Amino acid sequence: MGTHHGPAKGFTRWLTTTNHKDIGSMYLWFSFAMFIVGGAFAMVIRAELFQPGLQIVDPNFFNSMTTMHGLVMIFGAIMPSFVGLANWMIPLMIGAPDMALPRMNNWSFWILPFAFAMLLSSFFMPGGAPNFGWTFYAPLSTTYAPPSVTFFIFGVHIMGLSSIMGSINIIATVINMRAPGMTYMKMPLFVWTWLITAFLLVAVMPVLAGCVTMMLMDIHFGTSFFSAAGGGDPVLFQHVFWFFGHPEVYIIILPAFGVVSMIIPTFARKPLFGYDSMVYATASIAFLSFIVWVHHMYTVGIPVAGELFFMYATMLIAVPTGVKVFNWVTTMWRGSMTFETPMLFCIGFVFLFTIGGFTGVMLSIAPADFQYHDSYFVVAHFHYVMVAGAVFSMSAAIYYWIPKWTGKMYDEGMGKAHFWISFVGFNLTFFPQHFLGLAGMPRRIPDYALQFTDFNTMSSIGAFIYGASQLLFLFNVVRTVVAGKPVSDKKTWEGAEGLEWTVPTPAPYHTFTTPPVVK
Amino acid sequence: MADKAITKTVAKLIAVVIGMFAFVFVVMVPLYDVLCEQLGINGKTSGRYEVVASTVDTDRIIKVQFVAFNNEGMPWDFKPTVTMMKVNPGAVNDTVFYAKNPLPKDMVAQAIPSVSPNRAAEYFHKTECFCFNQQPLAAGKETQMPLQFIVDQDLPEDIKTITLSYTIFDVTDRVTKSASVAIR
Repeated sequence: MGTHHGPAKGFTRWLTTTNHKDIGSMYLWFSFAMFIVGGAFAMVIRAELFQPGLQIVDPNFFNSMTTMHGLVMIFGAIMPSFVGLANWMIPLMIGAPDMALPRMNNWSFWILPFAFAMLLSSFFMPGGAPNFGWTFYAPLSTTYAPPSVTFFIFGVHIMGLSSIMGSINIIATVINMRAPGMTYMKMPLFVWTWLITAFLLVAVMPVLAGCVTMMLMDIHFGTSFFSAAGGGDPVLFQHVFWFFGHPEVYIIILPAFGVVSMIIPTFARKPLFGYDSMVYATASIAFLSFIVWVHHMYTVGIPVAGELFFMYATMLIAVPTGVKVFNWVTTMWRGSMTFETPMLFCIGFVFLFTIGGFTGVMLSIAPADFQYHDSYFVVAHFHYVMVAGAVFSMSAAIYYWIPKWTGKMYDEGMGKAHFWISFVGFNLTFFPQHFLGLAGMPRRIPDYALQFTDFNTMSSIGAFIYGASQLLFLFNVVRTVVAGKPVSDKKTWEGAEGLEWTVPTPAPYHTFTTPPVVK
Repeated sequence: MADKAITKTVAKLIAVVIGMFAFVFVVMVPLYDVLCEQLGINGKTSGRYEVVASTVDTDRIIKVQFVAFNNEGMPWDFKPTVTMMKVNPGAVNDTVFYAKNPLPKDMVAQAIPSVSPNRAAEYFHKTECFCFNQQPLAAGKETQMPLQFIVDQDLPEDIKTITLSYTIFDVTDRVTKSASVAIR
C-alpha cells in the first residue's frame, strides 16, 4: 500500500474508510437525515392534531407515526449524532491519532443504514409499520402487533450491535490512547461524559437485545415470557424494557452535558467551575440510572415500599443534576460573555433543560404521577430534556466545531436566526403540552376532546415553526461546507481551550501521529 | 501503540456485553418470578398447596369474591357459579366455575388467577384448581370446573375481603403448535 497522506478518491473512500474523521462525518450526516425523517413524522402528528377530529391520517397510521417518530429520533438521530461527534472529537481531544479499533468503527457505522432501511421498510408491509409506541409494551408488540414487528426486532438488534461496537471503541480509545500526561482528571468533560455513557451503553444495550429477543421468541417460537396465558407476565416486559430504558435517557443526555461543559467556558472566557464535581456528578447520575427504572411504571401495581424506594431514588438524581446546572451558571457568572450561536444554544439548553428537570421531579412523585402518567405532561417533559437538551446541545456542538472540521465559517446571522426561531418554536410547541397533560389529554391519540383545541393548535403551529428552523440549519451547514468564508486560525474562538484547537484548521486528515505532551 | 492493552480492554468489554445479555435470561426473568411469588406482589398466586393440619379461626369471617374475565377474542362463556363466599381462615372451601365452549370446534383454555389486594396473594392457598391444568373442551360442550382453597390464618387483620379473579385465555393454537412440533 505505501504511505498515503490524504483520503482515497471516489465514493469507495466512504465505504472502506477507517479514518475517525470520515466516520464521524458519516455518522453526523446519517443522523441528520434521520432527524429530518423523524421530524417529518412529527409534522404528520402535529398536522393531525391541529384540530380535533380525524382529518389527515387514519388512527393506525397515526400510531405508526408516534412509534416511528420516537424510534427514529432516539436510535437514528440523537444517538448516532453523538457517536459521530465522539468519533470526530475524542481522538482530537485526547491527542490520539485515531480510534482504537478503526475497522470495527467502519463496520459499526455501516450496519446502521441497513438497520434503518429495515425499520422504515415496514411502512410498505401488510399491516403497516410498528404501531405500538416506541416503548413497544407487550402484548401490544407481540400478540397484537402487525407482522412487520419482526423487522422492527431485527432492526433493533442491528442498531444495538452498532451502539455496542461504537461504545467499546470509545472506551478502548479513552482508556488506552490518551496523550502522555493526560490523566483521567485532565480529560475534557466531553470525553468524560462519553466514557461514562459508553459504559452505560455496554451495560444496557444487551438488555434491550434480550428484551426484543424474548419478544421474537414469544411471537415465533411459542415461548411465553410476556404472555399470561402461558405463565408469563406482561409486566415483566416493562421491567426489562425500563431497566434498559432509564439508563438510555442518560445515554442520550450525558454527552450533551459534556458538549455544554466545553462550550460555556469558551464563551464565558473562564475555566469550567467545579470540574471535579462535574465528573463525580456524571458518575453519580450514571449509577443512579440503574436503580430508578420503576418510576416509569408507578401505575402498574407496585407495593408501596417499592413506590417509595423508586420515588426517593429518582428524586436523588436531582442532586447531581443540580450540581451540574449550578456549575454551568457559576461558570457564566462574572464571565466576559459573548453570545455567538453555540453559546446561545448552550444557554437555551441550560434554561430549558432545567425546566425539563423540574417537570421530571414532579413526575417522580409517585402519588402525583398517577395523574400525569401517559398524559401530554409526560410528552412535554421528555421533549424538554430530549429536544432542548440533546438536540440544542448537538446544534451548539456543530456550530462550535464546524470551523475546525471544514476550515470554513458558518453564517452567524443565520445561526442566530436558527437559534431564536428554534427557541420560540420549541416553547410554543411544548409548553402548552404541559397544560394539556394536566388537563387530562392522553398521549398517543389521533383525536381529542374539544376543550383541548386551542393549546393543540398553538402546539402544532409551534411545531411547524420549529421544523422549518431545522431546514434553515441544514441550509446553513450545507452553505458553510460549500461556500463558507475560509478560516485558518487554529483557535476559532478566542476563549477556546483544549488539544483540538492546537491542530491546524481545517483539521488535517491525520492528526497527532506523534502524540502531544500534556502538562 | 498500546495494541495489547486495547485487546485486553476489548476482551473485558465483550465479556460484559455477553454477561449482560445472559443476565436478562438467567437472572432478571427467574428473579422476577421468584420475587413476585415470594412477596406476593402482582397478585400472583403460588401453585398447589399441600394441606397442613390447622385450626379453623371461627372468629374471623373473610369475604371471598370471584370474578371471571375472558381475554380478548376468547369466546367461551366463563363465570363463577357463586360470586361470593363467606369463609373462616383455616377452613377448606369448595366452589365451581362454569365454562361453555359455544364454537363448533374443540378448544383448549388456560385460566390465570390473580388475587386482589396483592398483599393477600400469599395467604390465599389453592389445594385444587382448574387453573393448574389446561382445560380442553369439545365443540359446544359445557363443564363445571372445581376450585378448593384455604385462606391462611395469618392473613393480615385489616384484610376483610379478597377478590380472586380468573382470566381465561384461548391456548388452542399454542397447544396444537407445540403438539405438532413434538410429533416432528
